[in-house]
Amino acid sequence: MRKILLSLAVLWSMSLGVFAQDHHDHQEHATESHEHAQEAGEHADEHAQHTCGCDEAHEAEYDAGATAFHHISDANAFHLFGELYLPLPCILYAPDHGLSVFLSSKFHIGHHGTGEKAVDGYVLNHGEVMRVSTPDFPKEEVEIDCILAHKGDDGHDHYEVVYQGNCFPLDKKTTFDGGLMGGGVTSYYDLSITKNVFTMMLVFVLLFWLFRAVAKGYQKREGMAPKGVQSFMEPVFVFIRDEVAIPFLGPKYEKYLPYLMSIFFFILGLNLIGQIPFFPGSGNVTGNLAVTMTLALFTFVVTTLNGKKDYWMHIFWMPGVPAWIKVILTPVEILGMFIKPLTLMLRLFANITAGHIVIIIFVSLIFIFGNAGESIGGSSLGGAMAVPLTLFMMSIELLVAFIQAFVFCILSASYIGAAIEEHHEHH
Amino acid sequence: MTGTLAALGAGLAVIGAGIGIGNIGAKAMDAIARQPEAAGEIRSNMILMAALVEGAALIAIILSIFVK
Repeated sequence: MRKILLSLAVLWSMSLGVFAQDHHDHQEHATESHEHAQEAGEHADEHAQHTCGCDEAHEAEYDAGATAFHHISDANAFHLFGELYLPLPCILYAPDHGLSVFLSSKFHIGHHGTGEKAVDGYVLNHGEVMRVSTPDFPKEEVEIDCILAHKGDDGHDHYEVVYQGNCFPLDKKTTFDGGLMGGGVTSYYDLSITKNVFTMMLVFVLLFWLFRAVAKGYQKREGMAPKGVQSFMEPVFVFIRDEVAIPFLGPKYEKYLPYLMSIFFFILGLNLIGQIPFFPGSGNVTGNLAVTMTLALFTFVVTTLNGKKDYWMHIFWMPGVPAWIKVILTPVEILGMFIKPLTLMLRLFANITAGHIVIIIFVSLIFIFGNAGESIGGSSLGGAMAVPLTLFMMSIELLVAFIQAFVFCILSASYIGAAIEEHHEHH
Repeated sequence: MTGTLAALGAGLAVIGAGIGIGNIGAKAMDAIARQPEAAGEIRSNMILMAALVEGAALIAIILSIFVK
C-alpha cells in the first residue's frame, strides 16, 4: 500500500513539473492569437495582405478542448520533450511551385512546434506544415515574426503568418474529406513522412521482427513445445484462428487467415504504441479517420471481391419474401453494404480518440483548477485529482486497445463470412 | 444553439446504447451462469453484439461533432 502511495506521489510531482512547462508554452501561444472581430474592420477597406503585428496581446483562457485536439492531431515533427523535436522529412508538392523535399528541422522549430523560419513558402504551425499561397511571399528561407490564429465565420480556425509587418494568409494541406472536417483541395499536397506515418513504419518493423523470430522458432523446434516469444504469440494466434476465423469463415478459413491476423496485430500494435505518452509512442494513428478508413476499405474490398452468388442475391433480390417487401429491402441492403465498413471505420476511430481526449481533459484539470498557472494550491488539487483519474483511464484504454483490435477483426471476419457463405438452410 | 442541440442528441444516443449494451451484458452473464462451459463462445458473441450496438451510437456522436 505504501509503495503504491509513494509511486502515486512521484507520478503526481512529475506531472506537475512536466505540465508547468507545457503551460508556459500555452500562454505564449495565447498571446499570439488575436480577436477576429478587431481584424474584420480592417479587412473591409484593405485587401488580404495588410499590415499587422504580433504584439496585440490578448489574455486568452486555457482552452482544454483546443489543447486536446492539438495533442491528438498528426504533426510534421516528433515532439520529444521540452523544445526538442525529432525532425521528420517533409515531402510537399504545390502545382505552381513544384516539389519541395527537406527535413522539418529547417523550420527551426521553437515554441509548441511552431517554426521560426519559412522554407519555400511553407511554415510550420503547431507541428503542422502550412503554405503561403500569395505569390509575393519570398520563396527562399526567411525568418518569420509569428503566426496568428483566429476563428473564421465558418467556425474553423484560420491562420496568418506575419513577415516584416505584413500578414499573409496560410493554406492548410489538401484533404479529400469534401469539406466535412473543414478541409478540401488547397494550393499544395502534403506527402510527408509525418508522425503517424513514422509510427506505422515503426510498428511494421516491430511486427516483422517479432513474427520472424516466431517463424524461426517453429522452424528450429519443429514438433517440439514452443519456447520464448513463441509461447507468448501462439495462444493469441490460436485464439484468433479458433474463436474468430473458423466459426465465421467455415472450412475455407485459411485463405482469409493472413488478412485477419495482419489486421489484428497491426491495429493492436498501433493501439498499444499510442498508449505510450512519450517518444516513440504518442502517435495517435488508429485515432485518425484516414487510417481507419483505409483499414475499413480493405475489409470492404475483400468482402466485395469474394462475394458469392448467394451474397449478391441477398442484397439485390432477397429470396423468400414477398415482392413488395423486396422493393423496400433492396435499397436498405445496398446501403448496409456501405454502412458496415463505415461503422468499422468510426468505431475504431471514436474509441481510440475518445480515450485520448478524456486523458488529456483529466490532465487539463491541473490548469483548470490552477486557473492556468496562477494558483499553486488549485494546481495541486487538480493534480491530485488528475493522477488517479488518468491512471484509471489509461488502464481502461489498455483494455480498449485489445477489445477494439479484436472487434475490428471479428467484424471483418463476420462480413467476409457472410459474403462467402455458399448456401443457407434457413431464410 | 445548434451545438447544444447536437450535444443533447449525442447524449440521447449514448443513453440508448448504454441500455442496449447493459442488456447484452446482463443476458450474457445470465447465459454464462446457466452454461459455464459455453462461456468462451458467449463472451465473443457478447463483444460482437456490443460493438454493433455501439456503432449506432458512434454515428450519432460523430454527426454531433460535425454539425455546427
